[in-house]
Amino acid sequence: MAPDHIVFWVFAPISVGSAVAVLFQRNAVHSALFLIVNFFTLAVFYLVLGAPFLFAVQIIVYAGAIMVLFLFVIMLLGVDRDESLVERLKGQRPTAILLGLGLAAEIFVAVRASLGLAKGPADFDQVVNEGGNAEALSRVLFRDYFLPFEVTSILLIVAAVAAMVLAQKRERARTRAEAEAFQVAGPGGGVPT
Amino acid sequence: MRTPISYFVALSAILFAIGTVGVLVRKNALVIFMSVELQLNAVNLALVAFSRMHGNLNGQVLAFLSMVVAAAEVVVGLAIIVNVYRRLHSANVDDASILRW
Repeated sequence: MAPDHIVFWVFAPISVGSAVAVLFQRNAVHSALFLIVNFFTLAVFYLVLGAPFLFAVQIIVYAGAIMVLFLFVIMLLGVDRDESLVERLKGQRPTAILLGLGLAAEIFVAVRASLGLAKGPADFDQVVNEGGNAEALSRVLFRDYFLPFEVTSILLIVAAVAAMVLAQKRERARTRAEAEAFQVAGPGGGVPT
Repeated sequence: MRTPISYFVALSAILFAIGTVGVLVRKNALVIFMSVELQLNAVNLALVAFSRMHGNLNGQVLAFLSMVVAAAEVVVGLAIIVNVYRRLHSANVDDASILRW
């Protein structure tokens, strides 16, 4: 057995198991922790597939930054409430599981029909990742994909501003007439806002 | 590497299906959001696998960009969830039905 085979068969069950565990936890914090396990296994797969840069990014960005954000919001909203088991739509859960199985089967058939047991080039690390994966990736990123890369910076700025705007507590803007009435009547009187 | 690429794509399909079921089944907005993350990651795995199969780095670049988009999406989505929670005092998606007739 090749080493990458062993890595795959060790980490694939962990990956699927932790993904299923995300769904079956009652407590959102436990879901988040299992999701971190899943992210780590995916990072290992990136390493096997010859993408060590994405391995690092996956751990730093996903398992680090994004999941901390998730846990922060979970703590902010309170974790002690149990999820209600009342179903508003009848038979939603069985239907959803059935649809999920159907989706998996459909993609399986498509993968089997289109890829078969295709193997990548054996010399991927020597030819494509020449001079290191990060260097090779940055060559592609800054030559062929320079414009999309710059556009993502705009996207990030917009997202940061949007988060600030959405998360602040909003008070209704006071019109000038209201402000004058407030000044005349003094604090405690005037127009209620 | 001697593992067939289709193994990784199949694993990605399984993870994507699990994420889909999570979005459909769970009621907590945060867990639904985590399931969406699961789906995004499954697609990233498929992209990296395809990059390996075709012997160039375009797939990895695309996975990298999708990670950036996912980060932006998480920031905005969590802000929206916090906002909904402030208004309705619940993170249950069934309670957010004030637009329904």
